[in-house]
Amino acid sequence: MKLKGSQILLEMLKEEKVDLIFGYPGGAVLDIYDQLYKSKIKHILVRHEQGAVHAADGYARATGRVGVCLVTSGPGATNTVTGIATANMDSIPIVVFTGQVPTTLIGNDAFQESDITGITRPCTKHNFLVRSVEELAATIKEAFHIARSGRPGPVLVDLPKNVMAAETEFDPANIKIRNYDVTHKPVPKKLSQVFEMLSHAKRPLLMTGGGVILGRAAGELTELARKYQIPVTGTLMGLGSFPGTDPLWLGMLGMHGTYHANMAVSHCDLLIAVGVRFDDRVTGTIETFAPNAQIVQIDIDPSSINRNVVVELPIIGETKATLNDLLHFLAEHKYAPDKSARKEWLAEIEQWKEKVPLTYCQNGEIIKPQYVIEMLHKVTNGDVIVTTEVGQNQMWTAQFFKFDKPNSFITSGGLGTMGYGLPAAIGVKCAFPDKNVVDIAGDGSIQMNIQELATAAQYNIAVKVVLLNNGFLGMVRQWQELFYEKRYSHTDMTYAPDFVKLAEAFGIIGMRITKPADVEKALRDAFAVDKPVLMDFRVSREECVYPMVRPGESLSEMDLGTREMIN
Amino acid sequence: MEKKEHIISILVYNKPDVLARIAGTLGGKGYNIESLSVNTTTQYEISKIVMTSIGNQATISRIENQLQRLVDVISVDDLTNVESVHREMVLVRLDLTEDKKDQIKKAVDDNQWKVIKSGEHYVILEITGDKAQIDLAMARLEPLGIADITRTGLVALELKN
Repeated sequence: MKLKGSQILLEMLKEEKVDLIFGYPGGAVLDIYDQLYKSKIKHILVRHEQGAVHAADGYARATGRVGVCLVTSGPGATNTVTGIATANMDSIPIVVFTGQVPTTLIGNDAFQESDITGITRPCTKHNFLVRSVEELAATIKEAFHIARSGRPGPVLVDLPKNVMAAETEFDPANIKIRNYDVTHKPVPKKLSQVFEMLSHAKRPLLMTGGGVILGRAAGELTELARKYQIPVTGTLMGLGSFPGTDPLWLGMLGMHGTYHANMAVSHCDLLIAVGVRFDDRVTGTIETFAPNAQIVQIDIDPSSINRNVVVELPIIGETKATLNDLLHFLAEHKYAPDKSARKEWLAEIEQWKEKVPLTYCQNGEIIKPQYVIEMLHKVTNGDVIVTTEVGQNQMWTAQFFKFDKPNSFITSGGLGTMGYGLPAAIGVKCAFPDKNVVDIAGDGSIQMNIQELATAAQYNIAVKVVLLNNGFLGMVRQWQELFYEKRYSHTDMTYAPDFVKLAEAFGIIGMRITKPADVEKALRDAFAVDKPVLMDFRVSREECVYPMVRPGESLSEMDLGTREMIN
Repeated sequence: MEKKEHIISILVYNKPDVLARIAGTLGGKGYNIESLSVNTTTQYEISKIVMTSIGNQATISRIENQLQRLVDVISVDDLTNVESVHREMVLVRLDLTEDKKDQIKKAVDDNQWKVIKSGEHYVILEITGDKAQIDLAMARLEPLGIADITRTGLVALELKN
């Protein structure tokens, strides 16, 4: 059967079971959009290409499937770069299709030409420029395979206009791609080493990361922890991979981790790290990270091992299969923790927790941002998928919202992209129309992709924006307060739109909440309607995120903030 | 850990931008390429890249891991600690000026350097050897007045796979 390139693209999307794409048309992709017009594939028209990538990324994080977006050449393509880099840092499987000028014009500085494969080479897992229609089908198949296999990541496919218009034979049953060997091989010798280490450990600790969620290994990790009573801490990307309401959960570690999690890391004698890469925000000073511990690191990517922290026992493998093997090995060899030592260890952690609980002070007439997040948990019973922007809103969410399930906390961890949360929430809500989806935002971040409220309005994508509005770029202001003697250089955002009117102008519901007593009701009202809602919570302006490990310090030396906060 | 020059042999798919990917990956992560040589193998679709980089074992392992992540990379081998032979090639032009002419002719004879082209006013030599041999030749060429020079990256081959 002879088909045009643009038809082959849509056929291949069907082959890959893609039923939804996020995109923005333009000159170089007119042929594709003409085919979409006749297609059953749903297309969400965003208002900026960055939004399309974040939406596809949010969709991928929530579903575990490959997210897809489609944009035009030149500026359409370059606008995707921040989104792609965001996905790349957090290993999120997306495929980005970009239009390109005809192959005959490539290199001529043609209108809306950009070397997008060159630009995105360092921030994609892989990318392709499709030079002829004959290689199109196989390239698309390969792109999806690369995006989702091994350590996942973004793949960009650049589609010249003449390739989309050209015709070739298309036979979906006969597309051959290169073989990628990513099969899991069990490693019994290493498992017996873990067994030995666990048998000798008096203070073992599990550390869970994004690789557990991406590897669908949350069940195995939870079983390991519960069965052998091993306490668990996690990175930002690992939140939800172990139930946040479980007594064994210590909360996040690192710069804004809980005191007891950081103390546990600093005092444990065995750290089993699964699907983490020991980012600098997690470790504090590298030299004093887990100083008393032997470290076991399980990760799918050899380049994550011994990169920042040197570990005693690296195990390279899929997190799910490796944890499964480990569970079998421990059961088979009848591993039993030393009960009294374990009891002592858990009691010690409990003491740290009591000494410095995660807290804040909601008194007076000013709303505390943490209170809004706790109320959100209460109102939704935690049954909600949360996206965040970046900064204080993100850290407070990580601290105060208890995530019980994987794929329910969706945030830009590695790149820290402001403007991520709203389009990501749109992507999530498209994947799960019946679920409550909330973007916890700051007034700085929300303005970076606020145009996507139009997308939400157009398709009635009923996301709820919880705007923690403090009139500052809060996290930067916090650093200026702590490290620059309160010289608030260009962080005051008091000059801002009236967010309620703005929401209404976009055609969605806007609310303003200024009193603590109104917080719960506002949230209930927002969830009661099947429409997008923006809640402008006016919160305490100079609240800081505590506790905090100052840059250059060890995890065990936390700044606990003012005592007023802890009273 | 001791820093030294490592010879890394990389098999890659012969794709248009595979070299850019490798150079970009290493450059972007702050690793330096000292020398580089690229060509196809007996199979046209597969190329071999031999590069050298200076670093301690941990750094070199990180380089190998980063390269291995690339989709178009088939294999990465550090040849430094396996039995292998190494060669570089230098083409040198010496200008036969009145004052150096005799000295140059004598040096070419004494060292049995291979002359690949010569004329009334110049001679072009081809010198191959391992790093030590090339360095020695360079030391001897220097006083003769090198008019121009081009030098390949190092190539290397294992005695067995």
